[in-house]
Amino acid sequence: MRKCSLDKMNLVFAEIAKNAALYLPVDQNDGSAVYKKWEEGTVWSNALNTVRSPKDFFFPQTEDLMKFTTSGKNIEIIDTRSESEDFVIFGVRACDVKSFDILDRVFLTEPVDSFYGSRREHGVIISLACTRPSETCFCKTFGIDASEPAGDISAWKTETEIFFKANTEKGEELLNKLSALTEDCDDSTVNEQKAKINAIMNKLPLKDLTTDAFGGGKTNEFFNLPVWDELSGTCLGCGTCTFVCPTCQCYDIKDFNTGNGVIRYRCWDSCMYSDFTKMAHGNNRLTQKERFRQRFMHKLVYFPENNDGEFSCVGCGRCLAKCPISMNIVKVMKKLGGATNE
Amino acid sequence: MQKITREQLIEKAVALLADGTVSCVLGWSKGEFDYDVTPAIFNNEEELKANFVFNDFCGVNFSKYLVAKTQKCEGKILVFLKPCDTYSFNQLLTEHRFDREKVYAVGIPCEGMADVAKVKTICGDGIASINFDGENLAVTTLYEDAPVMISTNDVLAERCVNCKSKKHVAYDELIGDEGEVIESNRFDEVEKLEAMTPDERFAFWQNELSRCIRCNACRDACPACTCEKCVFDNPNSGVENKSPANSFEEKMFHIIRAFHVAGRCTDCGECSRVCPQNIPLHLLNRKFIKDMNEFYGEYQAGAEVGSRAPLVDYTTEDLEPGEVFNRGDMNA
Amino acid sequence: MNNRVETLIPKLGVITDVRIDTPDIKTFRVVTPDGKKAFDHRPGQCAMLSIPGVGEAMFSITSSPTNEEFMEFSIKKCGCVTDWLHQAEVGQQITIRGPYGNPFPVDDVFAGKDLLFIAGGVGLAPLRSVINYCRHYRDRYGKIDIVYGSRSKDDLLDYQEIINEWSTDAGVNVHLTIDNPQEGWDGHVGFVPNYVKELGFDTNKVAVLCGPPIMIKFTLEGLCAIGFEKTNIYTTLELRMKCGVGKCGRCNVGAKYVCKDGPVFRCDELDELPAEY
Repeated sequence: MRKCSLDKMNLVFAEIAKNAALYLPVDQNDGSAVYKKWEEGTVWSNALNTVRSPKDFFFPQTEDLMKFTTSGKNIEIIDTRSESEDFVIFGVRACDVKSFDILDRVFLTEPVDSFYGSRREHGVIISLACTRPSETCFCKTFGIDASEPAGDISAWKTETEIFFKANTEKGEELLNKLSALTEDCDDSTVNEQKAKINAIMNKLPLKDLTTDAFGGGKTNEFFNLPVWDELSGTCLGCGTCTFVCPTCQCYDIKDFNTGNGVIRYRCWDSCMYSDFTKMAHGNNRLTQKERFRQRFMHKLVYFPENNDGEFSCVGCGRCLAKCPISMNIVKVMKKLGGATNE
Repeated sequence: MQKITREQLIEKAVALLADGTVSCVLGWSKGEFDYDVTPAIFNNEEELKANFVFNDFCGVNFSKYLVAKTQKCEGKILVFLKPCDTYSFNQLLTEHRFDREKVYAVGIPCEGMADVAKVKTICGDGIASINFDGENLAVTTLYEDAPVMISTNDVLAERCVNCKSKKHVAYDELIGDEGEVIESNRFDEVEKLEAMTPDERFAFWQNELSRCIRCNACRDACPACTCEKCVFDNPNSGVENKSPANSFEEKMFHIIRAFHVAGRCTDCGECSRVCPQNIPLHLLNRKFIKDMNEFYGEYQAGAEVGSRAPLVDYTTEDLEPGEVFNRGDMNA
Repeated sequence: MNNRVETLIPKLGVITDVRIDTPDIKTFRVVTPDGKKAFDHRPGQCAMLSIPGVGEAMFSITSSPTNEEFMEFSIKKCGCVTDWLHQAEVGQQITIRGPYGNPFPVDDVFAGKDLLFIAGGVGLAPLRSVINYCRHYRDRYGKIDIVYGSRSKDDLLDYQEIINEWSTDAGVNVHLTIDNPQEGWDGHVGFVPNYVKELGFDTNKVAVLCGPPIMIKFTLEGLCAIGFEKTNIYTTLELRMKCGVGKCGRCNVGAKYVCKDGPVFRCDELDELPAEY
């Protein structure tokens, strides 16, 4: 365990930024936080979390896949891929760190997505334990410990100091580079900090939400429940929940004609959108109820069925905060029978 | 603090259900916390008593839901409309978007709705409860023992700070007194934008719109956006994009939408309320409203059913295109 | 990074032959620019074909894996990509990637068994691959019955091949039908599901169905009615696909991805899926 005074954070950031692009949460003028590239003068945000999740670093909203040029009947395929630059993401909360594991299960299973894979290899994650969780937090439901975030390096912040612990080789290497700015310490302060966080975690309004009712193999149990009508009844069909979600990873592949060749790019897509499953000869999910159901069935039943029981939700609470009609996975879980605290 | 209570509204709804005037109720359903209410259909007294809420966080404009819900509900739907919602209601009727006969509209007074984001900037994250106590919200958090007292005026949503009317322009029945159209300062922000140089203004919108994640919430919540099939959802339109290929396309989406609702937008503010990225989208619409007021005379979309918006109505007094051009030139 | 394998980046293909099969179906022969087969595949597998600027779409490979020279795709005109392909000429380059999906279990489950193939319309396209595979390794399989129907005689796919090759094979019985009587047609008239019932097959065989959803529904009911077990009936599904490798989420039904876990499904497996296909 290493520690340093918060006064020295700017020096720490500068040291990290020497070798890699450093991204950290900063406040925006609308009051929310966003990950920005650090440069001298950048102020680290105190916000609990960013509106957009850090999945952007590995799975950006849009990215070019390749280019084509055509002449007559001939096509040239141009591989525009380049190796990701080295980068460090600082201040990732435990829930979001966990979301990378979930994305890995999709993108790093064979055939590996090389776009995602390259970024994943070149990114170093410095996580940060939560100090002030929100009422919308329910990471504990998915077995995530907000006081013990994973990542290449875990960090804990007190009023005056920050503590670092390396968890991986990559993390070790980075922490070694900070040796002049940090000093060795025992874990007593961090343990105190953890106890404080856990005391708060046990007071959270959603602390008793469980996944007991859900998991693989339960498709038939939930799929035809009439309650989906009620839950989805006022869903606007927008993509807010899917786009702010750290684990939603559906994408579309589209061609953009630049007038000077064609760029094939990938962009986020949403199962909430009416055209998501639209084909030339029909659509297998015609109403919002079916699309709505797909999103939650995927997170609570289908994904765990294919991924050793892992749910595709980390309890970050972004959809709770951002849904225009305040319909969200917590309400769905409780209604479907996951409620234990009602 | 709202002057009207949940109990009054439930009583009204139960009575209308009981005498067969309506067969269901479009209202607000309580959430996990004291502020996250969800629009919902209530079918009977039990459902109303269990889940119906009315408080300072019931900002959702129900008018647009009538388009879909009137087609599904047998009999009439009871809908509670705040003054600003009634403008959207009328505008949708003007555009023949739902059957007036299938709706029983009860106008309810509104003292302005609160924005939970503003509450959180005062008391921080971790809201445990909110009690509605006179002119104040008593907010307890997970972090303080004593509740924080917040004046509702300090946390009013932007659109309510600049409320344009307390008058209900449509209803079958009104609870409380008839309000008045208000002299608001809603164009102040637009004037600030107009006073900017084109470069400053471009930078302003560039910064705001750069946050757009193209979730379409603004469009999906907008009571003026009721096309059965939006051009932006049509793969064959050539402009369907789930996310922008470049930043130019991003701006185009919002500007095209603003043009499309110009003259029909009642300035209800749902677009900005639902934006997950807090983009002040209503300013685009307000700019159009202001311009139309100045060019063609005062016009409020939805003030009456069947009125013709300036952009679809020709009069001999209409502004010559050259005058618009000159004005643009002056600001350039 | 350019030496990393990336499935989303296609290969070049060239259309070397276009055969007009029916008024709205053409069969395209595709090889790489140096004249080779783009990749090996198994019967029932699919490939993503695209034209830059128009789009990419999944098609079943209709030629048999035993054809080592080229691949064929029988494509019905029904959307952007297919419209474009239908106006393409020989020599046109396209892009191709694959193979994707789960093939028919031709080497284990099918081996040694009598086989019944039932197809409607363009549904013969995915079956042609497996039929020709089984014909190629004729001694590995028992009796083969093929029931194929279409709207009219002109809508029968691969008609020449059916008449000249399949019908003349020993131990292969072809039963053709068209929906309505037509001049110059002295074969059977009637819908596929009814024809299957009329033919009345013994149930000790594996059945493979492909065709429009309504045909599959009624044929499946008919087969079950005459005693077929769903565990002995296979079909293929088609949903919107983008990535082809179970990542983009589009063809997800229940815990399955049609592009990866399908398109070939056993009918009892389909019963486990929610009715969203």
